[in-house]
Amino acid sequence: MSQDSLDSLVTSENDIDIRLDVDDEYEQERQSGRRRKRRRRSGDKKEKKKKHQRRRSSSSARDGREERQTKKRESSKKQREKHFKERTTERNEEEAQTSSVKATKTNKNINNEKTRKTKTAERETEKRNEKKMDKSPKTIERKESEGKNTDKSKERKKHKKVQNSSDEEKTKEESEEDKEEQEELDKEQEEVRSECLSPEELEKLKEAVDERKKLIQSLRVKPWPMKKKLVSLRESQEFVEKYEGALGKGKGRKIYAYKVIMTKKWMKFERDFENFKTTLIPWEMKIKEIESHFGSSVASYFIFLRWMYGINMILFCLTFGLVMVPEALMGRPYGSIPRKTVPRAEEASAMDFAVLWDFGGYAQYSVLFYGFYNNQRAIGWLKFRMPLSYFLVGVGTVAYSYMVVIRTMARNANESGIGDDNSFNFSWKMFTSWDYLIGNTETADNKFASITTSFKEAILEEQESRKDDNIHLTRFLRVLANFLVLCCLAGSGYLIYFVVNMVMSLLGMFCPMLFDVISTLENYHPRVALQWQLGRIFALFLGNLYTFIIALMDEINLKVRSTLKGDLDRNAPAFITWTVYICQRKEEMIVKYNITTWENSFNGTVSENSTATPISLHPADVPRGPCWETMVGQEFVRLIISDTMTTYITLLIGDFLRAVLVRFLNHCWCWDLEAGFPSYSEFDVSGNVLGLIFNQGMIWMGAFYAPCLPALNLLRLHISMYLQCWAVMCCNVPQERVFKASGSNNFYMAMLLVILFLSTLPAIYTIVTIPPSFDCGPFSGKNRMFDVIHETLESDFPVWFSKVFSYASNPGLVLPFILLMVLAIYYLQSTSKNYKEANVKLKKKLQMQNEENKKKNKRAALKAQMDLEEARKASSQQKHVSPRRHQDVNEIHCSRQRHYYSKNGRNPAPPVGDRSLRRSAPRTYQHVNPGPPGYLPGLPRQSETRMHRVPSLQRH
Amino acid sequence: MGTTASQLGKELLSEYQELTFLTKQEILLAHKRFSELLTKDEKDLPNTKVSMERILTLPELKSNPFRKRICHVFSTSEQKDGSLTFENFLDLLSAFSDSATLEIKSHYAFRIFDFDDDGTLDRGDLEKLVNCLTGETDDTRLTPEEMRQLIDNILEESDIDRDGTVNLSEFQHVISRSPDFVSSFKIVL
Repeated sequence: MSQDSLDSLVTSENDIDIRLDVDDEYEQERQSGRRRKRRRRSGDKKEKKKKHQRRRSSSSARDGREERQTKKRESSKKQREKHFKERTTERNEEEAQTSSVKATKTNKNINNEKTRKTKTAERETEKRNEKKMDKSPKTIERKESEGKNTDKSKERKKHKKVQNSSDEEKTKEESEEDKEEQEELDKEQEEVRSECLSPEELEKLKEAVDERKKLIQSLRVKPWPMKKKLVSLRESQEFVEKYEGALGKGKGRKIYAYKVIMTKKWMKFERDFENFKTTLIPWEMKIKEIESHFGSSVASYFIFLRWMYGINMILFCLTFGLVMVPEALMGRPYGSIPRKTVPRAEEASAMDFAVLWDFGGYAQYSVLFYGFYNNQRAIGWLKFRMPLSYFLVGVGTVAYSYMVVIRTMARNANESGIGDDNSFNFSWKMFTSWDYLIGNTETADNKFASITTSFKEAILEEQESRKDDNIHLTRFLRVLANFLVLCCLAGSGYLIYFVVNMVMSLLGMFCPMLFDVISTLENYHPRVALQWQLGRIFALFLGNLYTFIIALMDEINLKVRSTLKGDLDRNAPAFITWTVYICQRKEEMIVKYNITTWENSFNGTVSENSTATPISLHPADVPRGPCWETMVGQEFVRLIISDTMTTYITLLIGDFLRAVLVRFLNHCWCWDLEAGFPSYSEFDVSGNVLGLIFNQGMIWMGAFYAPCLPALNLLRLHISMYLQCWAVMCCNVPQERVFKASGSNNFYMAMLLVILFLSTLPAIYTIVTIPPSFDCGPFSGKNRMFDVIHETLESDFPVWFSKVFSYASNPGLVLPFILLMVLAIYYLQSTSKNYKEANVKLKKKLQMQNEENKKKNKRAALKAQMDLEEARKASSQQKHVSPRRHQDVNEIHCSRQRHYYSKNGRNPAPPVGDRSLRRSAPRTYQHVNPGPPGYLPGLPRQSETRMHRVPSLQRH
Repeated sequence: MGTTASQLGKELLSEYQELTFLTKQEILLAHKRFSELLTKDEKDLPNTKVSMERILTLPELKSNPFRKRICHVFSTSEQKDGSLTFENFLDLLSAFSDSATLEIKSHYAFRIFDFDDDGTLDRGDLEKLVNCLTGETDDTRLTPEEMRQLIDNILEESDIDRDGTVNLSEFQHVISRSPDFVSSFKIVL
């Protein structure tokens, strides 16, 4: 648009650069000046010291050297002066360079200098220049006295610059300049070192060293080419190594050196450790490969899968290490008591594969299930508290899961919280929509298409609010679709209530497809449609899970009742059986753990069946209760197995077989299979994630009753990691609707949290309300499962502890505590709300300020440009001395001003200035001064807070 | 792998680690991939350039619409032909790596999008950018009217100082708010 104003902005950035340089320069100047003074003051003292330490200075040479040094310093100062001048006049030079009037160049420059000094005090750069001059009046003198000298050097530089017009060479030059500066600094430091070091100087040196160190650390965030980075790294390192040893004295020096070495070693170790850590991340390469083919959204599924795997690993370690292994090693062996023996009736088929596959037979009577565990309080030589451990592991599993999920959610929210404002909708589409990871042409084509459609959609939305031609029809269709979906849900619930397992997985497979078909009726925007789809699948899975649980509960109740009933039928008087039952329980309570359960149940049967029974009753023959816990566990395990199987089979048939057929039948088919109807299957990220989440929900639900579940799940996830990676790479095509990974991340997490809550609810309900079976499991003989805690408190802890605990669990204490927690939550919530508001306000403020700054900068730059032009005019008119000069300048000024306020695009800027400024544009890329780390030339400071965002958003 | 490690030299390797966001393995892998692009006799020379055409045969860059721009931005050759030395290549990978900061990423993104290298994104740059994003085929391309509308909208949003172009600080301002720039501005070998 307006090239002119563009250039002015660029110049404004240059101004900033220069200003910074000036500040730096000034700082150095001041420091060296101070140092000199100090040296003069403490000259004699130092001299003495020098004699002692180096034993080579004679008193006659002393003064001479002193002089020499100051001279040196002064010359270096001069050099710096030159640098500064060069920089401030760089713009002029560059302009001159293009104007190609070499003869008048020097003249003009001088003129410029002079006019600047005298006339335009409001100019930005000039202001600084003058400020500096005020502070060091010597420099003016020197400047004037050495005017010729500087001019010569300028000329030299100019020649160079004419040659080096490309920006790369400019960088080279800049690096050269940097080098020079560093050399100067080095020289200075050398001087400092060659004398003895006073504490202040030491301090200075230390500062310099620290600065270098900082520079080394910040090098990697600088957008320099590697060559330059390497050079400055080497120099800084050399510097640091050289002078680090000089720091500190005597003892201090040793300690300092030691510290330095240790930090160096530590850094190296850290880096190695970092390298080592990345090699330890499982499947990193696999995921990266997928990422590079399919973009970040598909990869996000696999990262999610890996995260799940991690959680399950920990759950597995908990259950395996604290429940299964102790019971297997230290508990009573198989066949010792009835609960650990296969009943006689099932013995024949207990080893059949079909039975084992169904987790009956030997599998049922093993550590895999709740029923196998004994209620012995302490087992083995370790006195391992088995029931307590079982209970605590169950609780810990849930608690750990909650903790991890919530923590991850919070972290994700923290990261995505920045992008909540919608003010840059188009720009984000433009600047950030390309996924640079895509390395597959097909994916790239899809991405092109999706970006185009998103652009078009956005434009359409912007152009006109959407008009619906037949709102009644769409409404009707939507209602119909929802009705159909509800019917599906109800039907699936009905089916599941009566026939479980396989049906559930099958339903979970086919219903989503049905929903997809139904959703075409609705004519939603694809994004909205996806949300509906996800919501429906969620509802389906949830409904299925809950009907399944309700059916299970019914079965439990039925079983418990039927066994009682059976007892009743067998033994005539109901009253007696009841009493026997109660007696048995009471007996259990009384004798507690002195007699084994076997004896107990044996006695029970004896007392039940008054007819003579064989005395040496084999545990397999002992009649036993229903043990509903094992049944529940079994159901869940079967569910998981069938679910896994259907997943794998759909993967093999739906993806692999389809891909093979499409690929090879395509040659002899009447239409194009690859592009037409069957084509290749897409990788359905959302569906897969949902499946994973529900699978995890089942694990959480059933893990208490079947300790083997986490292990099974671990196996499943492990296999599906490899299988799905392979399937994705070999037979899937990328999604047509490519979604961003980061947006949906917390959505999935929220779903996981909901599922976690909903799945722990029934588990906790059964634990708390239903009494455990009397003859199986670690809690047999207790009224409720959580009595274990009570028991442990009573018998294993000192009396005072249980007393304290009972006081603490008093409702009078618990209620206030709950109240306090509610209050705390309320407080935190309201503060977070306030913070959010403040955040928004600050954002606005920052934006305003930014704008203001921009305007100011622009105005300043415009002014500078105007002055430039003025000067040029003046110099060109100086030859034919014109009286109207002033007026002319004013005219230009006016026109400029008008342009600035009207802002109406292209205006013909004088070609000379234009081009020269453009030439200077690439300078914005390389900033010369080593400024604060992470600072880029044109960047507003406010974004510095964002610098430390964790780069990988979707890592869990 | 061992040979490449010795080729690179321990000192240099650690320096590269210091200067880039890459881990040791990544640098070694980069070296391996880079030397695969070289011919036999080029391998012995220390600072060989690889022409842009050969760099673009890498599958990671092959389907990127900005591949040529990326090469040009990271190239330091005088001929401006987009050829890369190994160090340039490392610069590229570092800027596109997982752990690079938002600052550096947005800086290079800006330079990539700045097609005419003039330090700002003007209408011409934005137009080229849109054309890159929508692909080369005619059916995905936007009509001139749509293009105008789109660019107007973009300038409306991100051109804070209303000078008709987007400069680096404006660009970084926009980018820093984007939720998924950091996760998508990545190239992994």
